[in-house]
Amino acid sequence: MTDVTPEARHIPDRLDSPLRAAILSWPALLLVVAVGLFVANSFLSPYFLSPWSLSDATFNFTEKAIIALAMALLIISGEIDLSVAAIIALASTMMGLALQFGVGTPGLVVIGILTGLFCGMFNGFLVTRLGLPSIVVTIGTMSFFRGISFIVLGDQAFKGYPPAFGFFGQGYVWWVVSFEFVLFLVCAVLFYVLLHRTNFGRHVFVIGNNPMAARFSGVRVERVKFILFCLTGLMSGIAAVLLTSRLASTRPSIALGWELEVVTMVVLGGVSILGGSGSIPGVVIAAFIMGLVTFGLGLLNVPGIVMSIFIGALLIFVIALPIVFRMIRERRA
Amino acid sequence: MTLPMSKPIITLSGITKTFPGVRALHKVALELYPGEVTALIGENGAGKSTLVKTMTGIYQPDEGEIAVNGEAVSLPSPHAAFQRGITAIHQETVLFDEMSVAENIFLGHAPKTRFKTVDWRAMRDKARELLGEIGAGHIAPDERLKDLSIANKHLVAVARALSVDADIVIMDEPTAALSFKEIQDLFDLIDLLKKNGKAILFISHKFDEIYRIADRYTVFRDGEMVGKGLISDTSQDEIVRLMVGRSVDQVFPKTQVAIGEEILKVSGYCHPTEFADIDFSLHKGEILGFYGLVGAGRSEVMQALFGITRPSKGAVRISGEVAIIRGPADAIEKGIVYVPEERGKQGVVTDLPIVQNISLPSLDRTSNRRGFLRLVEEFALAREYATRLDLRAASLSQHAGTLSGGNQQKVVIAKWLATQPRVIILDEPTKGIDIGSKAAVHAFMSELAAQGLAVIMISSELPEIMGMSDRIVVMREGRIATVLDNNDDLKAEVLVRAAAGITEKAA
Repeated sequence: MTDVTPEARHIPDRLDSPLRAAILSWPALLLVVAVGLFVANSFLSPYFLSPWSLSDATFNFTEKAIIALAMALLIISGEIDLSVAAIIALASTMMGLALQFGVGTPGLVVIGILTGLFCGMFNGFLVTRLGLPSIVVTIGTMSFFRGISFIVLGDQAFKGYPPAFGFFGQGYVWWVVSFEFVLFLVCAVLFYVLLHRTNFGRHVFVIGNNPMAARFSGVRVERVKFILFCLTGLMSGIAAVLLTSRLASTRPSIALGWELEVVTMVVLGGVSILGGSGSIPGVVIAAFIMGLVTFGLGLLNVPGIVMSIFIGALLIFVIALPIVFRMIRERRA
Repeated sequence: MTLPMSKPIITLSGITKTFPGVRALHKVALELYPGEVTALIGENGAGKSTLVKTMTGIYQPDEGEIAVNGEAVSLPSPHAAFQRGITAIHQETVLFDEMSVAENIFLGHAPKTRFKTVDWRAMRDKARELLGEIGAGHIAPDERLKDLSIANKHLVAVARALSVDADIVIMDEPTAALSFKEIQDLFDLIDLLKKNGKAILFISHKFDEIYRIADRYTVFRDGEMVGKGLISDTSQDEIVRLMVGRSVDQVFPKTQVAIGEEILKVSGYCHPTEFADIDFSLHKGEILGFYGLVGAGRSEVMQALFGITRPSKGAVRISGEVAIIRGPADAIEKGIVYVPEERGKQGVVTDLPIVQNISLPSLDRTSNRRGFLRLVEEFALAREYATRLDLRAASLSQHAGTLSGGNQQKVVIAKWLATQPRVIILDEPTKGIDIGSKAAVHAFMSELAAQGLAVIMISSELPEIMGMSDRIVVMREGRIATVLDNNDDLKAEVLVRAAAGITEKAA
């Protein structure tokens, strides 16, 4: 077989150039939208373009976006975690509890992150070991985790976090650049590499496309999914540290409803809700878009309840969009 | 014979059905007579199922005519066929598990009250009556279908057929999942249906059943009707000869290869439900064929070997060393790879590019040690094996799902060759692919064997199994029936007999 016959055909790597593909991609479209929103916001308010208000604008999405990075991988693999906001509540409660016992700042951070990781492991165990559907499992743990928070806290709140702890949610690394924002960018790069540049990331895509063929090709499907649940829990724990630090208090209603915003971010970023496709750049740009929209609506003095209507409508819109596109294309064909 | 000189209830003539690249039926004819059982006989892929689907309105024939009671009819939908009195009982009954027995019997024609609502009481009473008629009084009309055994589900299907006074009852391998006692009960029921003047089409691979129950037979081969007649006038040998035909003469690119040392030895392999006492060995350069009927347990043995399912007992030795295989990843690491029969579901990932499909199990080699992808190496690997297999694709970034079946199969084989395996298992490797790709796959198998690979090929096609194998393992009902050396003296009839369980000189 080494003697290649003269008429052996050469198969090119690809027909479209990668640049052309990038220009026509969903993230490129999102980028245009983001720039448009940025320009619109700068017209809406004369204060928007000041460095400090731009910096403020990042705080309302970075914590969610940090979770969205891990959630993107989970949804691409065909699973979902709706308990992320409840994990924040539980992790924050555990930190508050530790505070009552005099645990210092480093200890609080470790407890917050580990609580998130354990919650993720618990979800992962139920889904991969017991074979339960993740949407059901995580709706269950959503109530379960937050329920524990309510039992511990009742209508109380934990306050009195040490000043040093405030750095994570309120501190600046350099000038107007916040610690949260830098952490988000670093995580975004790490997740980009993990999903798009490693064997692990390739396995995530294969599993999302066809778990059966993945298994028949020697991919350890359950192990990959377990790791993804752990990662999502871990990132939720990190978000809990940031949010608790920023608010300097813990209430059981902390981060209520965030799971929807995180999922919206991921889907808006071009991740197929059915699994199998998506990209980290898309999710990062989607996070900025959500931040810009929220900030813009805030500038217009739109009340919070309208904001939640907007998020709900956006979620339905971006899920429906590819399906409607396909219907139109099929009708033409 | 005391068969009445009756007219056929249903006559199919000149039926042709073509699928892309495959001619499933070519000008076939079939007649069914009232009060008689006609057996439809043929190898897997002979076109039996396609014919059943044509008769029940699932497929539309390209050409030909279906006449019921002498009147030409068209059957645009399953419902239309049902209204014409044609009902089918499938191997795995296609009824509704979550509904009650009575609902299943009367689905689509439930008795109505004055207000056009379902008359539940009448429905239950009629269901009980119908079940009683066929000796199935033990089934309660209110039972959920899913709680019934397969035999009882068949009875419900028969009751459904009687509920519309169907004249034609098609039974597609109804005994496949039944116990001996249940089969006897089913035959009693068929006798009853015959007495009631129903025309029955009975599809089975088992000759003892055919000779027990059928009055007439029709034999299909490669989508054509090759013989028909009265069972009482025909010997089993005659029917086997019709099934097999002379198509074995087809040329296969099998090269003679010196058989090397033993590479794989399976002993005492058992599975709780699928197979038992499997022993065989495989040598370098050998092509070992696995022949048998569908459901004989061939794929199940191979999937256990590949780590998809766990055997309950038995040992696997690779080059003399005991191998413990916990999952496909272990099997691949030990050099055993499996090309599945369900190409679209288990073989290729249709929405990913060809290159990613081929490199998938070899990512450890194309990436660097820390697990980072290296696209240049990945493309190089994919191109090497795509070229070896003469893959026809526009580019390596084309999605695998856009390829033809034959080229998808080449992608799967390329994927496994890239792992440099020692044993390659091919499960129905040429099923549903075009002639050109078929020949390419056969040629390639020969070449692999010549290079010292050990090949296992599961096939239900006699010409393929006899054209390509060095030795042939015949499986029947989860066990190895016989192992035969494939030489010029081996006759196809021997294989068919072993697979169907006909003892020598039974005819």
